Amino acid sequence: MLKQTEGSKAVAEAIALCRPEVICAYPISPQTHIVEALGEMVKAGNLTPCEFINVESEFAAMSVAIGASAAGARSYTATASQGLLFMVEAVYNAAGLGLPIVMTVANRAIGAPINIWNDHSDSLSQRDSGWMQLFAETNQEAVDLHIQAFRLAEELSMPIMVCMDGFILTHAFERIDIPEQNQVDSYLPPFDPRQVLDPAEPVSIGAMVGPEAFMEVKYLAHAKQMQAIERIPVLAAEFKQIFGRDSGGLIRTYCSEDAETMVIAMGSVLGTIKDTVDEMRAEGHKIGVLGIISYRPFPLEQVRAALSSCKRFVVLEKSLAVGMGGIVATDVRMAVTGSGLKGYTAIAGLGGRPITRATLHKLFLQAEQELLPPVTFVDLDWEAVNKQLTREQQTRRSGPAAENMLHDKGLISAKFG
Amino acid sequence: MGFQPVKFYQTGTFTIGNRLLEPDERSVQSGQARSNSINSGHRACQGCGEALGARYAIDAAMAESKGQLIAANATGCLEVFSTPYPESSWQLPWIHSLFGNAPAVATGIAAAMKVKGKTEVRVVAQGGDGGTTDIGFGCLSGMFERNDDVLYLCYDNQAYMNTGVQRSSATPPAARTATTMPVGPNPGNAFGQGKNVPEIAMAHGIPYVATATVADLRDLEYKVRRAMKMHGARYIQIFVPCPLGWGTASSDTIRMARLAKESGMFPVFEAEHGEVVGVSKIRHKIPVEEYLQPQKRFAHLFGTNGHPEMVTRMQAIADRNIRKYGLLDEEGC
Repeated sequence: MLKQTEGSKAVAEAIALCRPEVICAYPISPQTHIVEALGEMVKAGNLTPCEFINVESEFAAMSVAIGASAAGARSYTATASQGLLFMVEAVYNAAGLGLPIVMTVANRAIGAPINIWNDHSDSLSQRDSGWMQLFAETNQEAVDLHIQAFRLAEELSMPIMVCMDGFILTHAFERIDIPEQNQVDSYLPPFDPRQVLDPAEPVSIGAMVGPEAFMEVKYLAHAKQMQAIERIPVLAAEFKQIFGRDSGGLIRTYCSEDAETMVIAMGSVLGTIKDTVDEMRAEGHKIGVLGIISYRPFPLEQVRAALSSCKRFVVLEKSLAVGMGGIVATDVRMAVTGSGLKGYTAIAGLGGRPITRATLHKLFLQAEQELLPPVTFVDLDWEAVNKQLTREQQTRRSGPAAENMLHDKGLISAKFG
Repeated sequence: MGFQPVKFYQTGTFTIGNRLLEPDERSVQSGQARSNSINSGHRACQGCGEALGARYAIDAAMAESKGQLIAANATGCLEVFSTPYPESSWQLPWIHSLFGNAPAVATGIAAAMKVKGKTEVRVVAQGGDGGTTDIGFGCLSGMFERNDDVLYLCYDNQAYMNTGVQRSSATPPAARTATTMPVGPNPGNAFGQGKNVPEIAMAHGIPYVATATVADLRDLEYKVRRAMKMHGARYIQIFVPCPLGWGTASSDTIRMARLAKESGMFPVFEAEHGEVVGVSKIRHKIPVEEYLQPQKRFAHLFGTNGHPEMVTRMQAIADRNIRKYGLLDEEGC
């Protein structure tokens, strides 16, 4: 049913349609609206049977989900940023134990400096945790990916993060098609756990494993993600049959057939990129887009194929591998190893810095002319950075960097100046 | 099943499974129907108090739940010695996730049972003192505060034994551990520190809090069974001497537990909704020296270069416990 609604509310409705049995919630912006809506549904008796547990930390949230999932309950939680980092030990544990938990990550920057706005640093920091990561481009896709995520997670008995841009998606009101219960029921069968804590058939889960089998257990997680590469397109096709729309899959291309320059990105920024590409196409530029939906598993072959006929590519990413450059860019370069393609990394939008069409237009033109350095920090205020670097050279006790830079920009002068 | 002919040589002893008792008064452990939840073949040290405590506690919980029990285990000795891959001593469904999250994992299991309508299935969580009073404390307090339907069993051997005897917040003052060495002017663990988790548990107002020792296994069984008759968050801290960490003879585990209780160093009591409802009285009061001296972790307190002033301070702690919990029967009472 079409609804004018908030992204978070829509996701909450989608989760409810998936008949979760245990939901654990700890507040952190910008995912709060999702669990708030779910909490209300459970409290009102509109989502039953379901236990909604207000836990004392994200570490507990993931731990409760681990216990519930191991006991055979379909389990869900949501988090972001510092919250995801606070639960990291349990995040790895859930994957190591092979528990099909679904978690929304409302992508948000990681401090310090503390910052509540969107970038992809949080979930990308969990790249190697064993969780699959699906990135939604729109709120419609966020809704649809959650439904597909439960199906995929439970098929493979591995956990999945559905990543949606904090605020940009979570807090945006727009028209979203909320599926019907019978559609979801026909797509998502009841959870049939591969392992379960059951007094009728006692098993030990989580034994200590030494060198004799540890690598094999870890390899299994990799094998599962390789299976997911096969299953994700199939599940997206089945989804289309029932729900009538394209959603999910491994990658998505736009204007790529004759493109000489390809722009690669994840999440909601793809919308701005496509608008920019439309403008540039109208001006005669041969530019196209590759959106990556499945970041983990990373679809190396599909990315390679999508880039097979271009001359150069730009990876625009909302994340930074400090001391190296791009995180997604590294994976893309791995995909095109040996192709001789020219590749550029553009770090953009960290901590919610707006990524505008004007900026992208300029950036893509430079890429087309192959004038970009290997790594570009898009819209970085070099003056502010250089001023601080100079200050640090001149003064031993130069003070806290973030506060200095805000002061330089005149943003806190009234208070501290 | 389980009724054995009377053997009179047990008359007057405190032996577990005293067969002179009526069948319904007998210990779980004395019956052939006991579940042997933690089966033989595990790799605990000789004389391990934790293995003994866990065996009695879990078997009692199994008896009370009629075998409908799931256990969540924190990382630690109990986890390591019971489940070296690919072996497991556990005869009940059991999960180990992390060091600091056993209470939350148990909450998740209990929630799953509730949502599935399996109200007969009960949940215990268990861990050592490090996993309980330190790293798992946040999750423990959360589980208490929400009054989740979990019985938490803390096997308290007063230090991180699994990693090589380091100090925890349950380590007593003056004790030698690998991180509180008996050197310098104030050897061993500091005075005035540490956490009294049974009292903190009581402050949450949860239905049941108790302490027990492996010196009185009937009492331990009673408290576990009593806890299992209730719902909501319940906590039992079980005093389990560690021969390796304490430097005691492996044949002295039960004696050490008894001396801890008889000296007043470890008060044994039970509480409901934050109020103490019963204490195990001291039967033969002993000075703390009798408890401390056999333990190598307190060896630096005694002898020519000893620290009698520290022993005095330890006695003061014991005396305070005795006053506070009323551990001694007063004349005429």
